[in-house]
Amino acid sequence: MAETTEFELVSPERLLFSEPVEMAVIPGTEGDFGAMPRHAPLLSTVRPGAIAIYNGGKVTRRIFIAGGFAEVNEDRCTVLADEAIDLAEISAEDIQKRLQAADDLLKEASNDGEKAEATTAKVLAQALADAAKG
Amino acid sequence: MASLKDLRSRITSVKSTQKITSAMKMVAASRLRRAQENAEAARPYAQRMERMLGNLAVSVAGTAGASPLLAGTGKDDTHLVVVMTANRGLCGGFNGSIIRASRLLVQDLKAQGKTVKILCVGKKGNDALKREYAKDIVGFTDELGTKTIGFSVADDIGARVLKMFEAGEFDVCTIVYNTFKSAIAQIVTKQRIIPFALPEAVNDNRSAPAAAAKAIYEYEPSEEEILDALLPKNVAIQIYRGLLENFASEQGARMTAMDNATRNAGDMIKKLTLTYNRTRQAQITKELIEIISGAEAL
Repeated sequence: MAETTEFELVSPERLLFSEPVEMAVIPGTEGDFGAMPRHAPLLSTVRPGAIAIYNGGKVTRRIFIAGGFAEVNEDRCTVLADEAIDLAEISAEDIQKRLQAADDLLKEASNDGEKAEATTAKVLAQALADAAKG
Repeated sequence: MASLKDLRSRITSVKSTQKITSAMKMVAASRLRRAQENAEAARPYAQRMERMLGNLAVSVAGTAGASPLLAGTGKDDTHLVVVMTANRGLCGGFNGSIIRASRLLVQDLKAQGKTVKILCVGKKGNDALKREYAKDIVGFTDELGTKTIGFSVADDIGARVLKMFEAGEFDVCTIVYNTFKSAIAQIVTKQRIIPFALPEAVNDNRSAPAAAAKAIYEYEPSEEEILDALLPKNVAIQIYRGLLENFASEQGARMTAMDNATRNAGDMIKKLTLTYNRTRQAQITKELIEIISGAEAL
């Protein structure tokens, strides 16, 4: 077995994932990066997108996160996510529903605050849909 | 001496009280389990957030123009105390201990000549503090939810605190809540969240090799940008942690209090039943004596 790095994914509600992985590709704000063992220490913000977890040279799991922070060092990779959804557990219908809900929100928004909120929801839903497509 | 009828009605009333307290105990126990899980599940995030911030703080510390959330405003004249209590009573010393601690804190700060502002979270704290410090209370919220606490509640409170901070309304922010230790032990905790205080544990970890490793972190985008995003988030997270710990503590305290109440009611019923039976027998004996002496007199 190849070298592994300890990957942790935590949301405010709970610890979602804590396992050794060979590589995790994380959507950083300034571009995707792969966290592998002996990676140089790095702190980055994360944009909404999918984290791909590689084991044995293949993607074994893809998890959508709605932004957050990532910390990488030689033997560990920690992602603090605002929200995380396992892409294997969400159906296309759910995503469609979410897109629809975001659109509705955008239509109903009357003031600037609501509009900004609805736009964020829309961007998130869109990112989720893109991530689900692969 | 109470009549038999009085005793009977007292026994009935104590019995119905007992039913209520034991039901409340059961409800609290089931909520406690969930609340405890939630509180414990939230700890990793808050801890890792602290660790990240700790790393960042070390590298940014001392540089000019560091965020006031990290370095402070440079003075500590005005303090904001966020008092977290429950919305409901009947949970033993839970609310009382938080209120007492907050009152001491406020008195202490005032004695040092500081201005104090109070933000009450939860009805009970507001009720108790508004008598003494009505003019110091700047805000109040009781939208906590009864079953679980969502992150959105903490986010709202956090946003409020940050808004006040940006408007320069206070310099130091402290939250007061109960840390959940067990169903019978809760610890009143005062935690400074603005400016960011490094927790003791992180300080201990920063031994020589760790410090060396931390010096070479890369930042994407820049340190300042990450800090700007991370610090407000941290405020909300720490508040969320406080709320969750508090909620678990509340359920624990209520469970213990109601357990005691149920037991006391049981004791009381026993005593009352004993008195009731004695009185009943005394009365029968008295009646018998009357009949017998009546018969003898003939």
